[in-house]
Amino acid sequence: MAIHRDHELHTRRWGRNAGLGLVLCGFVALVFGLTIVKVSRQDAQGNPPAAKAAP
Amino acid sequence: MSDVSAANQGANDHSGEASFGDFVQLLKPRVMSLVVFTAMVGLIVAPVPVHPFVAFTAILFIALGGGASGALNMWYDADIDSLMRRTMNRPIPAGRISAGEALGLGLALSGLSCMMLGLAANWFAGAFLAFTIFFYVVIYTIWLKRLTPQNIVIGGAAGAFPPMIGWAVATGGVSVESVLMFLLIFMWTPPHFWALALFMKDDYAKAGVPMLTVTHGRPATRRHILVYTLLLTPFALALGFTSIGGPIYLVTAVALNAGFIWGAVRILRRGEAVAEADGYKAEKAFFRFSLAYLFLHFGALLVEESLKPFGLGGW
Repeated sequence: MAIHRDHELHTRRWGRNAGLGLVLCGFVALVFGLTIVKVSRQDAQGNPPAAKAAP
Repeated sequence: MSDVSAANQGANDHSGEASFGDFVQLLKPRVMSLVVFTAMVGLIVAPVPVHPFVAFTAILFIALGGGASGALNMWYDADIDSLMRRTMNRPIPAGRISAGEALGLGLALSGLSCMMLGLAANWFAGAFLAFTIFFYVVIYTIWLKRLTPQNIVIGGAAGAFPPMIGWAVATGGVSVESVLMFLLIFMWTPPHFWALALFMKDDYAKAGVPMLTVTHGRPATRRHILVYTLLLTPFALALGFTSIGGPIYLVTAVALNAGFIWGAVRILRRGEAVAEADGYKAEKAFFRFSLAYLFLHFGALLVEESLKPFGLGGW
């Protein structure tokens, strides 16, 4: 069977899936980064810096 | 049905084969850019420093919340969008995305953005974003837009909240400065949109949206533009005397407000025949100037803040 180009419908569908995949990967990276920032700014007991400074 | 006919149908009906770009368009990216800019300024000029990654995440989710309300707005307004030339190519009236998909996306992104903003920054900011989405979708889109010619005035509040949310991300509350940033956008919105309504007249009338131009006539709209422009000026100048203002902001604000008032007076003095003859030149110029007006006010606040480490910005 001869090799033929993908139909526009399939190209569009692929583009949408790829876009969604990138968005989801970005979201995972964002949550990961946020976790690192939040955890690294807490003390060993998990208190944020402001709570530690309080008397 | 052949592949080709199925594809053609897919482009014109609700077969769920929209492109990724169609979903992006559903989030009103141009409105999102204004939300991002004003929220970013609100966050940066706030007196409490925020970790850059938290700030980035917060701005992203504020923008996503704005996009979600845009999708919900398009879901509800699909019927009138299909009647107006300016909006008939939006994804729902053009048949690329179904109303149900827009509703689902809008609701899901609303929940996600508020929860993530609450987790990333604080729950006050998250709740504030939820209230903003509620205000834009329920108070403005569903309730007031089709009911009163003051729709733009009250609905403008939703677009004015982002700098307050940005401020809340940093401080966890509200203050005089954030309220004045809100009032700057809130009072700016009516003249901005009424100028648009003056040269997009057929659209709103055709859709039955009670814009001031339709209900009270065009001379009344011209008067309203001047009144609101005059009411806006004290708030714009007052911001210059707060902790986030300074001489650069004040000089910018004086010049921009003088230009804005002059533009509004020019619009008031023009009759409909003159405006129609030159293709609404003054109205279009006023509309373009209004965009620069807002951008430069917030830009000046940013300049004041960025000069503070060098002992130059602020009072």
